[in-house]
Amino acid sequence: MALIPVIGLEMHAEMKSTTKVFSPAENTYNDISNLHVNKIDMAFPGILPLVNFECMNKAIEMALILNCKIPEMFMFDRKNYYYPDLPKGYQITQFTKPIGTNGYLNIDVNGEEKKVEILDIHLEEDSASLDHYSYYSLIDYNRAGVPLLETVTAPCLHSASEAVAFLDTMKNIFRYTGISDADIKCGQIRCDVNVSMMEEGSSEFGTKVEVKNVNNIQNVANTIEYEIKRQTELIESGRKDEIVQETRRYDESTNTTITMRSKADAIDYKYFVEPNIPPYKINEELIETIRKQIPVLPNQKKLNYINKLGINSIDANILVKDKDISDYFDELIRLGSDIKMSSNWVINQIMDYINSNDVSIKELYLTPDKLKFIMDQVLLDKISNKQAKELFLMSLELKREPSELIGELGMEQLNDMDEIKSLIINILDNNPKQVEEYKNGKTNMFQYFVGQVMKQTSGKANPVLVREILTALLSE
Amino acid sequence: MDSVILDLREKLKKGELKPETLINHTLENSKVVQDNLNPFVTICDQVNLYEEESVLSGIPYVAKDNLSTKDILSTGSSNTLKDYVPFFDATVIDRLNKKGAVLVGKSAMDELGLGGTGTTCHTGVTKNPWDKTRITGGSSSGSACLVASGVVPFALGSDTGDSIRKPAAFCGIVGYKPTYGAISRFGLFPFASSLDTVGVLTRTVKDAAIVVDNVLGIDENDMTSINLDANLSSSLKNDIKGKKLFYIKNMVDINNYDNPSEDLKNILSKFNKTIELVRSLGAEVEEISFDQNLLNAILPIYQCISCAEATSNDSNLTGIIFGPRGEGDNYIDMIKDHRTKGFCSLIKRRFIIGSYVLQKENQEKYFLNAKRVRRLLVEKINELFEMYDALIMPATGSIAPKIDSINEVINDAGSMQEVLENYMAIGNFGGYPSITIPNGFINSMPIGINITGKVMDDANVLNIAYTLESNMSYRGQIAKEVK
Repeated sequence: MALIPVIGLEMHAEMKSTTKVFSPAENTYNDISNLHVNKIDMAFPGILPLVNFECMNKAIEMALILNCKIPEMFMFDRKNYYYPDLPKGYQITQFTKPIGTNGYLNIDVNGEEKKVEILDIHLEEDSASLDHYSYYSLIDYNRAGVPLLETVTAPCLHSASEAVAFLDTMKNIFRYTGISDADIKCGQIRCDVNVSMMEEGSSEFGTKVEVKNVNNIQNVANTIEYEIKRQTELIESGRKDEIVQETRRYDESTNTTITMRSKADAIDYKYFVEPNIPPYKINEELIETIRKQIPVLPNQKKLNYINKLGINSIDANILVKDKDISDYFDELIRLGSDIKMSSNWVINQIMDYINSNDVSIKELYLTPDKLKFIMDQVLLDKISNKQAKELFLMSLELKREPSELIGELGMEQLNDMDEIKSLIINILDNNPKQVEEYKNGKTNMFQYFVGQVMKQTSGKANPVLVREILTALLSE
Repeated sequence: MDSVILDLREKLKKGELKPETLINHTLENSKVVQDNLNPFVTICDQVNLYEEESVLSGIPYVAKDNLSTKDILSTGSSNTLKDYVPFFDATVIDRLNKKGAVLVGKSAMDELGLGGTGTTCHTGVTKNPWDKTRITGGSSSGSACLVASGVVPFALGSDTGDSIRKPAAFCGIVGYKPTYGAISRFGLFPFASSLDTVGVLTRTVKDAAIVVDNVLGIDENDMTSINLDANLSSSLKNDIKGKKLFYIKNMVDINNYDNPSEDLKNILSKFNKTIELVRSLGAEVEEISFDQNLLNAILPIYQCISCAEATSNDSNLTGIIFGPRGEGDNYIDMIKDHRTKGFCSLIKRRFIIGSYVLQKENQEKYFLNAKRVRRLLVEKINELFEMYDALIMPATGSIAPKIDSINEVINDAGSMQEVLENYMAIGNFGGYPSITIPNGFINSMPIGINITGKVMDDANVLNIAYTLESNMSYRGQIAKEVK
């Protein structure tokens, strides 16, 4: 009997904001511990939370993007539990009225559209971060109180690739809107992954296992694949009972998941409405103001590329995947660059370069105007494609203007008809045997002559002209 | 003289009294009273005299020990915070500092505000200045004791159920809890956030108005703070002609009590006399029969809500960031050790109640129902406030009990006596302004009368209290057994 994986995700994204969600401490990632800490973050007696309205508005924006229902009131709840990373002994979150409910997000899974149901999206505060050593643990309160946006999907995903597509899409939306930098390296995206196996044709879910705090998208995929394998093997070997409702964690070193606690030990969080924050009315006007501020998002942008710029959908997909790349491409177009050429250059040369050198496109020395210069030289037949690629790498390497390098490297193409003609006559005169062979039907000799011209001009001769002239002279 | 503060200011201004002399005298008095009655956690050995010229400059005061005071020990009378010295001032302290008032000490209280007797402070029992064998009531026990002893003209307190108004009644002084949010709670160690109110204990109504006038207002550090747009001290007119007051008949009718004590009979008869006085001053007083079920629900509602919020609010007391670090091999054992050693049994019991009513399987039945009944009760009172200017009631149903009679077991559960002892929590349920003033003596022990009005109507409530006070003879009284 076929088994279908059923996956639900709880995606936590650290939001971008000036200050923390309930305190005036700076919301910045810092390698130095305990630098961005306010007394509120450490729960000294008598402190009170102060809501950061910037975060509130961004949470509403995300809820709108995910097509969610927005409640009339913005309010918070306490989630009570003891842990050293939680100074107040409770986390302020949204339980009674999440900022968004019953939404959806359309994603592209290998070219096919899928609608992901969103159960809710809510704003909450992050905990401090802990570093455990053999005999002690260290607490860093920089992260305590950092705004988190948690998005909870319905159990509607069925493979690791669907989960990855969802998370990638979300990550892009976060970056396009500036709601979160979604920086994986800084742990800004963390997921709880729920996996169960359902028998095909059945409407009943299997026993669900929750894997907590998986800290990057690749690990989410690994987690799902491992759990599918583990659960499938247990079911197929008749040990279905061994799949219990429990919380597990992902272990990166072994690429497996490990039991943390069973359902019987589940914590009762004793949620109740946070009394220190009065409910805040969300009126239509606010919603409309926020709606208007939503920038063009990847999906729409992709359609624009296809419909308005005539880019094929595969290329369009690649271009919109990363906001910074798409911004770079947009700037090329805005400067009046050739569309097809720009798209090819960005997808091939630029992306190859940034991926293999691990640099961000934003830091790239070759800004769109500089790349446009290189492409223009090709279009003007001043340099060959091959030369353009060399110039591209050279400019990045030396951090020098391509317009200066092109002259210094002697890259300007030889387009002088007379010069090329006299060169070719000379070559033909010096190679009578080869001319004879060509005329006797060995047509691949043509390429030999082209090679000779290029050799003598160090590749600068315009190959189109060379071919034209060579054909004419050989047919004489 | 209707104001101790203004009287002192006058003397300071005229030079009849030097600021240092006043403070030194206050500190000396503090030590004597401390030896006798134990109302302090801390007596300041160094005080700052401020240059600012205001109605409060140079006036000594005491703050309840659950108010955060920069560089001054602030324990909340709990062992969990016994060495805690904050690095920031509560807003109310900051505002008084800026007005030039002089903090001379921190007063003892029932541990973290959870108690009504003044017997659960980590520094021991606070004794009643009128009779050392009796309690002061709580939780603002030290503040009430020090004002009644005449050590300071005013003291800050906090009120979650009746924690200012009840000790004020037992100590024969004025206890004023303003509208919820009128005074910032920033820096107040929380008990139950939806009920907690910072307020003041004084010996005259005008002094209460003066102090609150100087600390009122929106605070950007407290999102629940409100702008009470009033000048309370200047609105005291000694005139209540045409005002309409009501009292709740159920609690004032002696026939509704099983085996009423002599004290209760006297309290009710004194209350009735005061009602006659109110009428003679030109106000109308009507009796209202109230749904007894709602009245019986007051204490259970209070317990469910206040204990639930307290168990969460006090979860920061783990001994990990501040407070004495507990012993243990892991964080759970360390927190357990800290809290087991740190809290008195009353608090532990209340935390268990709070935790119980919040549990997933109980929350609907207890906590959420308590919130619903709280709203019903408040709606009912609000309806009455549409028709009446204020509720007037006896503040308590007894005089201050003997210290050795205090135990933690509630033995009059469900009785009318219990209702009368706890009804003032209505003021916290609705966030109403509420003030207790002296209403005479029974067996040489003071009793009080309480006036509660609608939200934001503090000026009206204070004016009624002021008028009554002006026509009675207990204004400014100081307890005899100070030394």
